[in-house]
Amino acid sequence: MTRLLGPERQRLVFALAGALIVLNVVSFTFGQPPLATLTRMWQGTWGTPYGIGQVLFKATPLLFTGVAFGVAFRAGLFNIGAEGQLALASLVAGLAAARLGGVLPSPIAIPLVVLLALLVGASYAAFAGAMRARLGIHEIITSIMLNRIADVVLPWALAMGLSTDGVRTRTIDDAVRLVSLERFVPALRGSAASVAFPMAVAVAFTVNAWSRRSRAGRELEWIGQAASVCEAQGVDVARRRQQAMALSGAIAGLTCLGTVLGYKGYYELGLGAGAGFSGIAVAMLGRGGPVQLTLAALLFGTLAQAGLAINARVPRDAMGVIEAVVIVLMAAAAHASARQGASPSKPSPAEVQT
Amino acid sequence: MRLLSLTTVAETLRMAAPYACAAVAGVWAERAGVVQIGLEAVLLSSAFASVAVALATGSMVLGVSGGVAVGVALSVLHAALVDRTRIDAVVAGIAWNLLAASGSRLGLRALYDSASNSPSIEGFRFGPTGNDGWQVLARVLCDPVSWLALIAILVSPYLLERTRLGLRIRAVGENPTAARAAGIEVGKTRLVALAISGAIGALGGVHLAYDQHRFESGMSAGRGFIALAAVVLSGWLPGRAALACVAFALLEAMQFVLQDLGQASRAVTVVQALPYVAALVALGLGIGRRSAPGGLGKHAEG
Repeated sequence: MTRLLGPERQRLVFALAGALIVLNVVSFTFGQPPLATLTRMWQGTWGTPYGIGQVLFKATPLLFTGVAFGVAFRAGLFNIGAEGQLALASLVAGLAAARLGGVLPSPIAIPLVVLLALLVGASYAAFAGAMRARLGIHEIITSIMLNRIADVVLPWALAMGLSTDGVRTRTIDDAVRLVSLERFVPALRGSAASVAFPMAVAVAFTVNAWSRRSRAGRELEWIGQAASVCEAQGVDVARRRQQAMALSGAIAGLTCLGTVLGYKGYYELGLGAGAGFSGIAVAMLGRGGPVQLTLAALLFGTLAQAGLAINARVPRDAMGVIEAVVIVLMAAAAHASARQGASPSKPSPAEVQT
Repeated sequence: MRLLSLTTVAETLRMAAPYACAAVAGVWAERAGVVQIGLEAVLLSSAFASVAVALATGSMVLGVSGGVAVGVALSVLHAALVDRTRIDAVVAGIAWNLLAASGSRLGLRALYDSASNSPSIEGFRFGPTGNDGWQVLARVLCDPVSWLALIAILVSPYLLERTRLGLRIRAVGENPTAARAAGIEVGKTRLVALAISGAIGALGGVHLAYDQHRFESGMSAGRGFIALAAVVLSGWLPGRAALACVAFALLEAMQFVLQDLGQASRAVTVVQALPYVAALVALGLGIGRRSAPGGLGKHAEG
């Protein structure tokens, strides 16, 4: 089978088979014929132009967080704090965009808002990076704590006066929003897809080129493979790790492009939540490069959108279960194919040590 | 409700139980060298299973066993997958958390046609009723699930440090390659350790559900994550991890006290972040800078 399909595709086949089995079981449980559920999923996603637009919209944050996790992962770091980083960045972006609308012309205002989001995401992640580099505390623990702190502080901040109703920020002026994709592809009318999706793809390609071509990028990849060797060769491992963490957080912060600036026009509690964790799955599936990463984001975006499409008959939580099964199956199959010696050598990050 | 009263003590003990169970579960897993960030999933799935079994059979004791069985199953599955397929344990843990969160919501819809909570269960009701400090404390002290949890936590240090099984588990956790060379079956030992971990963690989940007399969607509310911090803070020692959890629980109980004092309740919600900030500060100060088990996340090689 490996020879027929190649290891990457073999993983996908495993994962899709698992997803289908779960879907069948869940469908039956809720008294729905699986075929009808599948049809409904198809119609809600790739079956209609509107559905396609929605898939692109759902895939956008996942692509950003997938790239974010991948950057840190290559350097042997686990940034599982994207959840908190993107939430804080989105809130700040929403506030800043609302303030800047009408004050500055959009060619200045939008980049400014994006820069702010980058900075906020980067600094929140850099905190975890610094704890690792300076004090040797594992970034997993720190990131989890930072995620939880963001979970508590955001509702509090919104309730304490950053919003009018305790749930969302002021609506952003149209001039500071991103252009919807339907402007270029009229068929997508009504869907939430914006130019944030092509921007996410561009980010995926840029980051990939950066990590292959630039000195910093190369060093990060080597650190991921053998940190002690890099140290011996005079690479400033601690500093590079901190940079990787900050970069990862910055990219996670870009998530607000698709949600706040591209669709809602404000930040509300829970906007983009879950993308941080799903991004890990995207990064795991799309380890081969930017194209695979984009496809992985589209796959999980499809699952998310399909969940909405079936929600009336089968709860969309089924998609969460499927996602979990897909993650486990893919990770497991990756090892199976590596053992057969068929997998291209992928960097395995340094062992996890807390 | 004053800051220091019998009620605060009772509330602290009550809230500490799930934390402490999860933390000791984490110690068992990580001392065996298996990274387990799916403690949240163990709590949530066992809480759901205990309520589902209790409702289906009408027996609270069977409910407890059902919860423990699911906790053990999830934990053992984690160990088996990590050992056999060399799947990244962190990624697997995230998947379990997702699975438990979505799966339990799916279960709520399928079994009870509700998006938020199950019908209520009887649970164990022993001790006096009433809301005086001593009555609340007496109820907490009469709760069988708490006792089970307490016993599990108290025997953990002894089992880990003084028994042959504990020695093997620690050997596997410190250096799996050497342990295998010494004739210890690494995979099997880790399965046993994770089964114990799952059982203890599940007691925490059962406690959560029985304490509320029902299952609520997402009721573990990040306790598994706090427990992870307690594991690191304790330097991977079960007794200290449990104590750290009592401290976290005290911080949580304080929130209720503060809210009771009626000080601008919305402003007070930010104190919910206290346990997490406290954990970060404690880590930053170098408390528990004991190194992790040497073989954490490693496999026997060669």
